[in-house]
Amino acid sequence: MSWTIHVPSDTTARALGSDRLVSGIQVLAREAGVELHVRRNGTRGLYWLEPLIEVDTPNGRYGFGPVNDSDLDSLFASEFWKGEVDHPLALGLVEELPYLKRQQRLTFARLGRIDPLSLDDYRAHAGFRGLEKALTLAPQAIVDAVKESGLRGRGGAAFPTGIKWQTVLGASADQKYIVCNADEGDSGTFADRLVMECDPYMLIEGMTIAGLAVGATQGYIYLRSEYPQAFRTLNSAIERACEAGLLGANILGSGSDFHLEVRLGAGAYICGEETALLESLEGKRGMVRAKPPLPALVGLFGRPTVVNNVLSLAAVPFILDQGAAAYAEYGMGRSRGTLPFQLAGNVKQGGLVELAFGPSLRELMFEFGGGTRNGRALRAVQVGGPLGAYLPESQWDTALDYEAFAKVGAVLGHGGVVMFDDTVDMGEQARFSMEFCVAESCGKCTPCRIGSTRGVEVIDRIRAGEQVEANLELLSDLCDTMLNGSLCAMGGMTPFPVQSAMKHFGEDFVKNASAAELEA
Amino acid sequence: MLQYFDPKVNPVVDHNRDYGTKPSLSEKQVVLEIDGIAIQVPEGTSVMRAAAMADITIPKLCATDNLDAYGSCRLCAVQIEGRRGMPASCTTPVEQGMKVWTQTDALAKLRRNIMELYISDHPLDCLTCPANGNCELQDMAGAVGLREVRYGFEGENHLEAPKDTSNPYFTFDGSKCIVCSRCVRACSEVQGTFALTLDGRGFASKIAAGQDEGFLDSECVSCGACVQACPTATLTENSVISMGQPEHSVVTTCAYCGVGCSFKAEMKGDKLVRMVPFKGGEANHGHSCVKGRFAFGYATHKDRIRVPMIRDSIDQPWKEVSWDEAIGFAANRLRAIQAEHGRESIGGITSSRCTNEEAYLVQKLIRTAFGNNNTDTCARVCHSPTGYGLKQTLGESAGTQTFDSVLKADCVLVIGANPTDAHPVFGSLLRRRLREGASLIVADPRHIDLLDTPHLTSAMHLPLRPGSNVAMVNALAHVIVTEGLEDLDFIRERCDNAAYQQWRAFIAEERNSPEQMEAVTGVNAELVRQAARAYANANNAAIYYGLGVTEHSQGSTTVMGIANLALATGNIGRDGVGVNPLRGQNNVQGSCDMGSFPHELPGYQHVADDVARGRFEQAWGVTIDHEPGLRIPNMFNAAISGQFRAMYVQGEDIAQSDPNTQHVEQALRSLDCLIVQDIFLNETAKFAHVLLPGSSFLEKNGTFTNAERRINRVRKVMPPVAGKEDWEVTQMLSNALGYAMNYQHPSEIMAEIASLTPSFAGVSYEKLEEFGSLQWPCNDENPQGSPIMHVESFPIGQARFAVTEFVATTERATRRFPLLLTTGRILSQYNVGAQTRRTENQVWHSEDVLEIHPHDAEERGVKDGDWLGISSRAGHTVLRARISERMQPGVVYTTFHHPHSGANVITTDNSDWATNCPEYKVTAVQVERVTQPSEWQKNFHDNHQRQNKFLKDATTAVDPS
Repeated sequence: MSWTIHVPSDTTARALGSDRLVSGIQVLAREAGVELHVRRNGTRGLYWLEPLIEVDTPNGRYGFGPVNDSDLDSLFASEFWKGEVDHPLALGLVEELPYLKRQQRLTFARLGRIDPLSLDDYRAHAGFRGLEKALTLAPQAIVDAVKESGLRGRGGAAFPTGIKWQTVLGASADQKYIVCNADEGDSGTFADRLVMECDPYMLIEGMTIAGLAVGATQGYIYLRSEYPQAFRTLNSAIERACEAGLLGANILGSGSDFHLEVRLGAGAYICGEETALLESLEGKRGMVRAKPPLPALVGLFGRPTVVNNVLSLAAVPFILDQGAAAYAEYGMGRSRGTLPFQLAGNVKQGGLVELAFGPSLRELMFEFGGGTRNGRALRAVQVGGPLGAYLPESQWDTALDYEAFAKVGAVLGHGGVVMFDDTVDMGEQARFSMEFCVAESCGKCTPCRIGSTRGVEVIDRIRAGEQVEANLELLSDLCDTMLNGSLCAMGGMTPFPVQSAMKHFGEDFVKNASAAELEA
Repeated sequence: MLQYFDPKVNPVVDHNRDYGTKPSLSEKQVVLEIDGIAIQVPEGTSVMRAAAMADITIPKLCATDNLDAYGSCRLCAVQIEGRRGMPASCTTPVEQGMKVWTQTDALAKLRRNIMELYISDHPLDCLTCPANGNCELQDMAGAVGLREVRYGFEGENHLEAPKDTSNPYFTFDGSKCIVCSRCVRACSEVQGTFALTLDGRGFASKIAAGQDEGFLDSECVSCGACVQACPTATLTENSVISMGQPEHSVVTTCAYCGVGCSFKAEMKGDKLVRMVPFKGGEANHGHSCVKGRFAFGYATHKDRIRVPMIRDSIDQPWKEVSWDEAIGFAANRLRAIQAEHGRESIGGITSSRCTNEEAYLVQKLIRTAFGNNNTDTCARVCHSPTGYGLKQTLGESAGTQTFDSVLKADCVLVIGANPTDAHPVFGSLLRRRLREGASLIVADPRHIDLLDTPHLTSAMHLPLRPGSNVAMVNALAHVIVTEGLEDLDFIRERCDNAAYQQWRAFIAEERNSPEQMEAVTGVNAELVRQAARAYANANNAAIYYGLGVTEHSQGSTTVMGIANLALATGNIGRDGVGVNPLRGQNNVQGSCDMGSFPHELPGYQHVADDVARGRFEQAWGVTIDHEPGLRIPNMFNAAISGQFRAMYVQGEDIAQSDPNTQHVEQALRSLDCLIVQDIFLNETAKFAHVLLPGSSFLEKNGTFTNAERRINRVRKVMPPVAGKEDWEVTQMLSNALGYAMNYQHPSEIMAEIASLTPSFAGVSYEKLEEFGSLQWPCNDENPQGSPIMHVESFPIGQARFAVTEFVATTERATRRFPLLLTTGRILSQYNVGAQTRRTENQVWHSEDVLEIHPHDAEERGVKDGDWLGISSRAGHTVLRARISERMQPGVVYTTFHHPHSGANVITTDNSDWATNCPEYKVTAVQVERVTQPSEWQKNFHDNHQRQNKFLKDATTAVDPS
C-alpha cells in the first residue's frame, strides 16, 4: 500500500525548509519500509503553519504543521501518513481549518491543492473552462462579462477592468498587447507570487482570455527579478501550455493566437507603475510617462495595451467559467468579488486571506491574524503597501471596501496588511516612507525627486526637536505638494503614510520638541 | 464678448515665443475657455499651448515647443472644471467646452512650493551666473513669487557637481541642472543622436553624455540642441560665459551647407555672441549643426584679409593699397589683356558661397563689362549634372520638394549622399522620419552613419562599387518595369509616351537586370530586387542624392536615371516623394539659378535663346554672345595653352577644390592676372595678382537659395572688415571697366533679377520680409512660391524618360592602381575648410586621413596611424591611415578639408560627359607605407611659407591708409 504526501514548494515553504523535509521523509520512509509518494503542491498560503505537510485520506487531506526536521522522527513514529493520528502537530482536515474555511477562495480555489505545473491537476480543478467558454464568445461578450462581474484592478488603483478592456477593444491597431504587471513590490505582499508559483496556468488562462477579448495576440508578464522561482515556474508552464495547444498559435484549434513571454525587471519599485513598466518592457529606463495618452490607447511600443495586475487577470477564468454574476455576488457596494489579503508584519497568523469585500479590518487582523505575534498591543497597521496610510485603532472597524477605505483617507491597494505593535515609533515610520520614496523615485517629476529627499531631512529635524512646529507645517506643505504635484502614485501617495502618521500618531513627532515650543 | 483665436485673422506665430508644446495639425477645431477667455484651437493642442495662443502664460520649466510634452516639472499645473486635482497643462489635451483656470490660490501655492524645492538644490549665485538675465528658472522663481526656502540649504544637494568643459563651444555645469531632461529629449527627438541620457534615479538623477564619459568623448555631435533647450545655465555657450548675454539679434541664413538654416545672430553691438537657430526658419525649424551653430569664429579670425592688395608677380610680396588703386590696377590689367589677346581671353567664376545678388552681379559683369560668356561657378564641380539631368527629364534644374516633405515619405532611397555629415539638419529630420517607421535604402560604397540611426525600423544597404551608379539605378528600374511595379496611370497622364516606350524597351533588356549588373555593382541581385520593390511599393517614396551621384563620368546619366525611377513609380508632384539633390554649398542652387554657367542666363535661359537673350541685351544695354563661353576646366586648359590670360574669382578656392591640383596650379601660374576676392588668403590667392578682401555672410545683405529652392534673407549684422560688401566690389570693378552699375542695395539687384527671370518674377525683399522665405518658382501663378514642384504639370509639359546606358568609367582598378579612392566630407569640417579650420571644429578633425579596409591594410602591412603614400596617374600624396570597415575591400576613402592633404593632387581630370563635373568619386590608386611627405606636399609647404611671408610683409610694410 502507498500513501501520498503533499509537501509545499513555494518560496516561503522552501525558505522554511520544505525541500529538506522532502529528503528527510524519503530517507525515513525507506528505513521504515513504507511506500510514501511525495508530491509537491504549492502552498495553502497559511504561512504560520508552514511547512504544512498534508496527507491524502478518503476524508480529505489531513495536515501537520509547522513541521521542522526534528519533528520527522515523531511523525514517522505516529505513522502520520495515515492522516488522522495523534501528534502534537496534527491539524486535522486542512480544509476544515477555520482560517481557510472562513475564506472565500474564488481566485485561490486551487491554491495548495495542485501540483503547480500539472496540466492534469489544473484541468481536474476547473482549469481552462473559462478559456473554453471564452473561445465560444465574441470579444464584446467577454468584455461584457468582465464588466458585469464588477472586477476592479487588483494592483491597487481599483479601476474597472472591463472598462479598460473595452477601451483597448475599441482601439484599432495592427497590434495590441496584454501586459501583466507582476512586479509585486509592495512590502508585505505575496499574492501575485502565489499565483505564479502555485497556479501559473490560471494566469496564462486569464491573459489568454484577455487577449481574445481585446484582440491582442501577444502578452508579456513583467516579473520582478526577485522572484526566480516564479520565473522558472511560469516559463515551464508557458512551454507546457504551448505544447498542449493551449497557448501560442491556433489555441485549442480555434484559429486564435496568443503568444506569451515572461520579461524580468531589474529591481526598480517604480516599474510596478504601469507606464514605467511599459518603458522598461520596451527596453528603456523605467521612467513614468505622463497620461494621457492612456496605455489602453498608446501603450507598449505605442500600441493599445491592457496592463493588468496578476490578481486581476487571475480572477478572469473564474468569471468566464462561473459567470459574471457568480463573481459579482460576493462583495459590497462597488467592490465586487473578493480581494486576497496578505497578512504580514507583527502578526500571529500570517498568510493569504481571500475574502469577499465587506468584513472589517479588525476581523481580518484579529480573527484571521490572531493579533500580534509577540502578544503586545497592536498600535498601527499599514494597508496597501508602502504608499498606504497607517490606520490607528479608531479606524480598524472600517469595512474592507475600496470606498470605505477612501473615506478615511486610506487605500486597500493590493491587499497587503502590515501590523505594528505598540513599540513602533511612527516618526521613524514616516521617515521610512519618505526614505522609500528617495530610494525608489524615478526622478522624473520634481515633487517626488526633490521632495522625498527634503521630506527625510525635515522629518529628521522634527524628530531631533528642531523648530518642530515650523517643520511640521513645512512637512505638511511638502505632503500637499507631493500629493497634488506628483506625476504618478509614487510621489502622489508617499504622503499618505506620512500624513496619517502625523494625524493619528502626532505624539511620536514631538517627543524631542522643547517644552517652550509645545507650550506655544 | 468672446474673443476667439482665429488663425485667419491672427496667422502670425510668434517665433520668439515658446508655446510650450508642439502645434497640433488637426483640422478639427475645439473651443474652450481659459481664465474666462474663449479660444478656438485645433484638436490635440495642449492646454498649455492653447493658453499661450491666447497670450496667457502658464509657468513651465520642462516644456518647450519643439519637444514632446514630458510633464516632469509640474509647474504648469492648472485646474479644470469638473476634474480632480491639478493636471499638468503640457500633457493635458484640450477638449470641447473645457473650462481651465491657470491662476488660483491653490495653484499659486503648489507652484511656489515646487519652486521652493527646486531652489533648495540650486546655487544662489544668480548675479555671477552666465544665464543671469536669460534663465527660465530665475524667471519662474519670480513668476511664482518665491520668497523663502524653508528647507534651508544644508540638505543634500548637487552644488558640488563637476563641470564638463570638454566641448570647445559649451560648458556643462551639473550644479545648475534641474533635471528637466530638455537636453536629453532634444538630443533624442530633435537631433536623433541619443548621446545624452539620465543616469541614476531619484534625487541622484543626472545628465550623462554617452556612458558618462564627457561630452567630447561621447557620441555627441555638438549640434547645440541641448544647449538651446536648457532652461538654466547648465548648458551654456562658452561665448556667453565669456561675453555675457547678447542685447539684440538679427535673423539671417547660415552660410555653410545647402540646407540653409535660419539663425538668430545674437549680438552685443557689432560683436557676435552666439548663433541660435531660428524657430521660424522653414528649412530648419530651430535646429542646427555644429558648423552653423558654433563655427562662426572664422569671421573675426586674425587671418581675415582686411586691406586690398596687389602685386605684379606671384613671386613678389603683396602691396597693400586703397580700394580704388586695387580696382584700378585690376581693371587696367584686364583691359590690357583683352587688348592684346582678345575679348575672350578673360573670364570669371561666381561663388556658391556668396549671395544670389553677388553671383548675379559677377556673371553680369562678365557678360557686359568683360563682353563674353566666360563665366562659371563651383557648381561645375558639384551639382552641374543635377542641373542638366533634371532639366532634361523633368524640365527644371532643381529638386522637387521641401525638406519637410520627408516627413510624409514611407520609403527613402539615399544614393551617394551622407546627410548626417554633410547636411546634418536635414539628416536629423530624415532620422526622425526613419524612427517613425519609414524604410531606408542606402546605395553607397560606404556604410554611412544613417544606417546606424537609432531606432531605425527597416534598412537596406546596397554597397555598390564606386563608378557603378548607373548600373545600379538601371537595375532598380529594370525590376520595377519587369515586375509590373510601374505607376502606369501616372506615366500615361504625365509622361511623354514615345520617350517612355523607348526607355522601357531599353531598361527591360536583360543586360540591365540586377543579376547581369551584379558583376558591375558588386551588390547581390536579390538585395537589389528587394530594394526596388520596397521603393516601388511604398505609398510615398522619395530619393535623396548627393555628390556621390553627380561627381562621376556618368553623373548626368545617373541623375536622369534617378528621375526615371521617380517617374516610373509616380513619385513626383506631391508631398513625401520626389527627387531631391542635397546641395553642397549654401548657395549652389542660387549661383546656378543666377546664370553663372557659360551657356545659361539667369533662370536657366539658354544664351542661344534669342528671345531671352534679347531681354537681357535690352536691359543691360549690351550685345551678349549667343555661344556659350568657357567652363572652368576649359579655362584651365586655355590658360595653359596661352589663350586665356586673366580671371576674376569671387569666393571659390579652385586651387584646393578642383581636381588634379598640379594641373590647376599650372593653369593658375600661367595667368597674367588673377583677381581673387576672398575672406582669407586661400590656396588660389597664392597665385593671385590682386587680392580683394571679401565679406563674410555676417557682413552683408542679400539672399541665399537652399537645396529646396528656398530664397532666404541674409542680413548684415556687422560691418565688413574691409568696408565693402562683395557686391559693392564687383560693382566698383564694373564701373572701373566702364560698364556702369549703380546699385544702392542688394534689393535693387533682386528687383532686376525678378524683372528678367520668369521663375523669380514674384520675388522681392518686401515679400521676403512678409513671408520669411519663398521657394521659386515664385511668380504670378505661384505668388507665395512653390514648395512642391510638378504638381500638375512639368515645365516641359510631359516629363521625358531618358535612356541611361551604363558606360564604365575609364578610371578603373588596374594592376598598378588596384584600389578605388572615393572622397567625401565629414560633419565638423566644411569643404575646403577655409572657415572651419579656423574654428574649434579642429578638435574633431585636425587632419584628413585615408580610410582603408582591414583586408587591404593587412595585405600592405599597414597599421592604424601609419603614413601612407597614395598614388594615382595624376599625382602622389601622403596621408595617415585609418583602418575602417565602413569601406568595402578594394575601396579607400578620404576627405579634402585640409589643403596640405592634397586629396585633389590624386584625383584626375576625368569628368561628366555632359557637364564636365569632375569624377572626384572614382580614382584608381595604390597605397603603400612611407616615411615622408610627398614631393607635392613639400612644394606646397614651401609655397605656403613663402606666400604667407609675402602677406605678412605686406601688412607690416605698408600703411593701408
